[in-house]
Amino acid sequence: MQQIINFLIRYKIFLLYLFLLLISCIFTFQSHSYHQSKFLNSSNYISGSIYTFSDNVTSYFGLREENKKLVEENRRLRDKLFNNVVLSPSLIDSTSIEYEVVRGRVINNSYADQRNYITINKGKNDSIVQDMGVITDKGILGIVENTSDKFSTVQSILSDKSNINAKIKNSNHFGSLVWENTTDYNVVQLIDIPRLVPLTIGDTIVTGAMSSIFPENIPIGTIKRFDLDNSKSFYFIDVELFNDMTNIGNIYIIKNLNRKEVLELEAETETND
Amino acid sequence: MINSTSFLIVLRFILLVLLQVLVFNKLNFFGYINPLIYILFLYWYPIKQNRTTFIILCFFLGLCVDIFSDTLAINAAATVTIAYLRPTIMRFVFGVNYEFQSFKLNNSTKAQQFTFLALLIIIHHLVYFTLEIFSFSNSLLILQKTLIVSISTLILGILFSTLFSSKKE
Repeated sequence: MQQIINFLIRYKIFLLYLFLLLISCIFTFQSHSYHQSKFLNSSNYISGSIYTFSDNVTSYFGLREENKKLVEENRRLRDKLFNNVVLSPSLIDSTSIEYEVVRGRVINNSYADQRNYITINKGKNDSIVQDMGVITDKGILGIVENTSDKFSTVQSILSDKSNINAKIKNSNHFGSLVWENTTDYNVVQLIDIPRLVPLTIGDTIVTGAMSSIFPENIPIGTIKRFDLDNSKSFYFIDVELFNDMTNIGNIYIIKNLNRKEVLELEAETETND
Repeated sequence: MINSTSFLIVLRFILLVLLQVLVFNKLNFFGYINPLIYILFLYWYPIKQNRTTFIILCFFLGLCVDIFSDTLAINAAATVTIAYLRPTIMRFVFGVNYEFQSFKLNNSTKAQQFTFLALLIIIHHLVYFTLEIFSFSNSLLILQKTLIVSISTLILGILFSTLFSSKKE
């Protein structure tokens, strides 16, 4: 007994080190398999407030540019409004609304890591929950991962955990959007598109209909280069993003009102199998 | 005297975390170079202090940076490692000298200070990028990132340490 205590006292620094290292490794690896750990993220109150403060200061420098972007987006939407047959407000039946959009702002953005997260200034108080889609006026951005009362973190498409259903515009050939070359933040990869699909460089990639997170046909990017993968039966496509991931201000969060129903139905089908 | 030292340490802790997350995490020089400047905390930390408090403090330093930059607990693991190894590194760099009461960082030569800082940074970055990338197939990427980011941290670290060096003789 005496010896054990002596041992503990002599090596207490080393044991403390091992203990702390173990804790950090547990935090790190438990989240490799599933969602990021619940409290080690920047959506908490303190870091959220500090980032909001810093964003309040820095956002002034980009106001003119931001306004230009918004006007441009308005112009595009008006174009659509005048050229398409759009339901007038009186014709919209509230039960037929599938998606609801919340606007928000990015208060912290990263794109240089292996797994990038974006912090936004909307949280539970705005009824944001996990697994909602986040887009900008140009294209998709990521999926909500953690929420606190006033803030949320978004798993960016620039993450090696990201996997989003995507397809070639105007066709129904779909694949998965991943980020494999994790040093280039302008390019993501589309995999699992069969080789019989005709492709051209410059084709537009949009989100597919298989996801219960994003609506169909949200722009992602254009084909930059494509090649067959190792199995020679699927394409490996480099997609150049529409979004400039280094410069993101205003964003929209998409709530899919039918998501719960879809998930329940899918779970039910699986248990029946 | 003790109070003013701990006050200085706490102040340094807060300022370095803020500097790291608000300025250097957004640098993204050449796309991915973000110097991890908060390591200077370990460089400046007084030598004759309780090791237990030091290691625990360093753990929380890493954890604070982690929380802000959404990197799980990678910074914490790397910082705890160099906190534990610091006495060994110091003995290697300064020889037995550093165990004397009168030893101060300012009294050592520039070359010694440089080696000390460089070793801290390289070990930290190696652990950091190994945990971040975590695959042996990418070991070249780990080494490349470690090397390039270490150099940038080192340059900034030397600038900061000369800028804020306490009391010239």
